[in-house]
Amino acid sequence: MAPLLQMSGIRKEYPGVVALQDVGFELRSGEVHCLLGENGAGKSTLMKILSGAIRRDAGRIMIDGVDAVVDTPADAQRHGIGMIYQDFKLVPELSVAENIFLGNEPTQGRLPLIDYSLMHERSREVIAMLGESIPTAAQVRGLSIAQRQIVEIAKALSKKVRVLAMDEPTAPLTEHEMKNLFKVIRRLKEEGVGIIYISHRLEEIFEIGDRITVLRDGTFVHSCLVAEADKRSLVRWMVGRELEQEYPKIPLDRGGELLRIEHLNAGMLKDINLTLYQGEILGLAGLVGAGRTELARVLFGADPRESGRVTLGGKEIAPRSPREAIDAGIGLLTEDRNAYGLIMQMSVRENITLSNLKEVASGPFLSRSAESAVAERFTSELRIKTPGIEQQVEHLSGGNRQKVVLARWLFTKSSLLIFDEPTAGIDVGVKFEIYQLINRLAQEGVGVIVISSDLPELLGVSDRVAVMCEGRLTGILSRQEATQERVMLLASGETALEGFRG
Amino acid sequence: MAESVTRSSKTFKALVGEFGIAIVLAAEIGLFALLSPYFFTAENILNISLQTSIIAIIAVGMTFVILTAGIDLSVGAIVAFTGVIVTTVLKMNAPYPVALLCVVLSGLAIGAFSGALAGTFVTKLKITPFIVTLALMTIWRGAAYMFTDGRPVWGLPDAFSLLGSGRLFGVPVPTICMVIVYVAAYVVLDRTRFGRHVYAVGGNPEAARLSGVPTDRVVLKVYMLCGMLASFSGILLASRMNSGQPNAGQMYELDVIAAVVVGGTSLFGGRGSVVGTFIGAMLIGVLRNGLNLMNVSSYVQMILLGVVILSAVLLDRLRGR
Ligand SMILES: Nc1ncnc2c1ncn2[C@@H]1O[C@H](COP(=O)(O)OP(=O)(O)OP(=O)(O)O)[C@@H](O)[C@H]1O
Ligand SMILES: [Mg+2]
Repeated sequence: MAPLLQMSGIRKEYPGVVALQDVGFELRSGEVHCLLGENGAGKSTLMKILSGAIRRDAGRIMIDGVDAVVDTPADAQRHGIGMIYQDFKLVPELSVAENIFLGNEPTQGRLPLIDYSLMHERSREVIAMLGESIPTAAQVRGLSIAQRQIVEIAKALSKKVRVLAMDEPTAPLTEHEMKNLFKVIRRLKEEGVGIIYISHRLEEIFEIGDRITVLRDGTFVHSCLVAEADKRSLVRWMVGRELEQEYPKIPLDRGGELLRIEHLNAGMLKDINLTLYQGEILGLAGLVGAGRTELARVLFGADPRESGRVTLGGKEIAPRSPREAIDAGIGLLTEDRNAYGLIMQMSVRENITLSNLKEVASGPFLSRSAESAVAERFTSELRIKTPGIEQQVEHLSGGNRQKVVLARWLFTKSSLLIFDEPTAGIDVGVKFEIYQLINRLAQEGVGVIVISSDLPELLGVSDRVAVMCEGRLTGILSRQEATQERVMLLASGETALEGFRG
Repeated sequence: MAESVTRSSKTFKALVGEFGIAIVLAAEIGLFALLSPYFFTAENILNISLQTSIIAIIAVGMTFVILTAGIDLSVGAIVAFTGVIVTTVLKMNAPYPVALLCVVLSGLAIGAFSGALAGTFVTKLKITPFIVTLALMTIWRGAAYMFTDGRPVWGLPDAFSLLGSGRLFGVPVPTICMVIVYVAAYVVLDRTRFGRHVYAVGGNPEAARLSGVPTDRVVLKVYMLCGMLASFSGILLASRMNSGQPNAGQMYELDVIAAVVVGGTSLFGGRGSVVGTFIGAMLIGVLRNGLNLMNVSSYVQMILLGVVILSAVLLDRLRGR
């Protein structure tokens, strides 16, 4: 029997980059086919070609062994191809339900009027299927990034599909939501849907995948059953070399007190007390909506605080804007790099220097050569894959965009750096480099707070782990004490008796 | 079907994208040069630059505003209000240097004040720029009529007309002003921190704020700059007409916005340059001048202007493809 979907000889060229070159793979019905590869390997490009979002320069797409025309998203829908994009395609002004049924609105019988009650009901059903409860009338603008991802997934599930491509669906999700998603995937498999799954979290591949195809630099490298692969071989195919350990932890060399938060209240945050030392890496754990991002934003002056005292390096600070926070020595790498991090129309160079233009200017005048030198240094240090520093960040792959924002904050030379989901959508090789980079910062005496939904990662990089639940700090664990079980317990609201104050 | 793009068409597209409207401008100039022997003379070229200078100077301010994804509809009214105020100040017959100082200061103060008002409403009260500046437009226009009872201000000292009608080394003074404004604006946008902040705010305001860009202050400054360039143009225009006309600058906002957008600056913010705006302003100025030389009626001129704007913008879209 012909496979459900077959792509072969696919080629796509952009000015200065060959994104895909003679790439192909097969998807059978009822299987989860994982696409793997480094940042910029061409995974998303291949999926966008499949969904008709962009056009290929050459190659064939066959469905049930027959050549299929997939030139536009409408063509793709007609063939039953569903897609969850890596960058959200939701309309922020519309409600959850309106987004889920965008372009596919149920009508009242023959009348061209939208049947809102049916739309909300069906939306609630799909969201419930994912084990979540998001009000379907809420505007997408006000949702957290994890909730948006749930809506994005619900949108794809609301349609009848035969092929479902998911481009890093779990990047902003925690364990809990991931498990629910996997349940849904298993059910779709039973119904014979073919699923293409992209993720940089390798554990997930072994849990949900049936077969893998690995791309590197836009070319096909390897394809096999998941059962025939292990983590080492996956990494070798992707990166082209071996990586020894996953988390290169350096023993803590704790300096003096750097940050002290006392009785901080703001919005959902209730009475937060926390101390951070120079050279320390503190992990912030918690479920989605626990208030980790809020805490980071308040410290950074992006959101107002109601009461409490914060000292940095012995001096009391109360930044009223990010500018003041940056001047005081705080940096925040925001979650959702596309909405809150990057200026898409700007080049790699301009995005890297944006927070610290003073450093590359004399008075009001920018020095192009100083700026270029900085950008060149960071693109090579972080191995940002781009045809040049003048490339618009809009044209970079997801992981490489993340590296650009990372470079921006490294260039501010802050004494306290907060990383909110620093490795979301980053490939294994680069993850390793980022861990090393965070270690290096710590060794230089910078205090680092890491927020991550990837719990093993958080435990792997942190010296201490602070756990939050519903706006409160429910416990602080040392590296030795911090096990997945204890963190999860605290994250669900059980208060620890030991080590409450840091 | 898979698209196959040949190398030559790619480079053609790249060329068109890079120099799109410049090509249109060149074609336009070539056409008029063929049709009218007088068109391509030094005198006529200086004449075009003089006629276009006022719109072109305001368009610089508008470029800044549009780069932040804003709009300023009040520029034409500011031109008129500034004109009647400075001419009235002039008629107080202060000694020459003092009078000049008063004119410039009072004129620029009007633009700065109006811009500050617009900027404050936009940033602090979060009202859309379109509405805020629409309101300011009718306020200043009304103020200009009220202040003069609807009658022009005449009888100004002769020296005043030097600003708008004088020449330096044979070049009209407004033309010189225009060149200075463009060079300065280019440097500011391309080479200063403020300029970079303008692009950042237009590209993604929230990301810019979280990167430490003082977004509100940037927007405020941009509207003040636009207002001041409008009032400066108001002084130039009053000087050229040697009077303060309350109905001066009628519909200027449309010509100005057309120049900016034809010049490739995105109404959504974050993309564009004053080089483009300059070419856009010249495109419109050359068209007017050329059609006048050929005695084309002003009604037909309006239609042709619309056609040229549409085709220029269309050509610019090729860049995105
Ligand atoms: N619109 C574009 N213009 C220019 N280059 C592009 C464009 N889109 C993608 N590219 C380039 O194509 C290559 C493949 O990008 P793609 O987004 O497919 O990578 P990816 O495998 O999905 O990476 P990631 O894991 O980081 O998401 C990259 O080098 C990228 O810079
Ligand atoms: Mg991708």
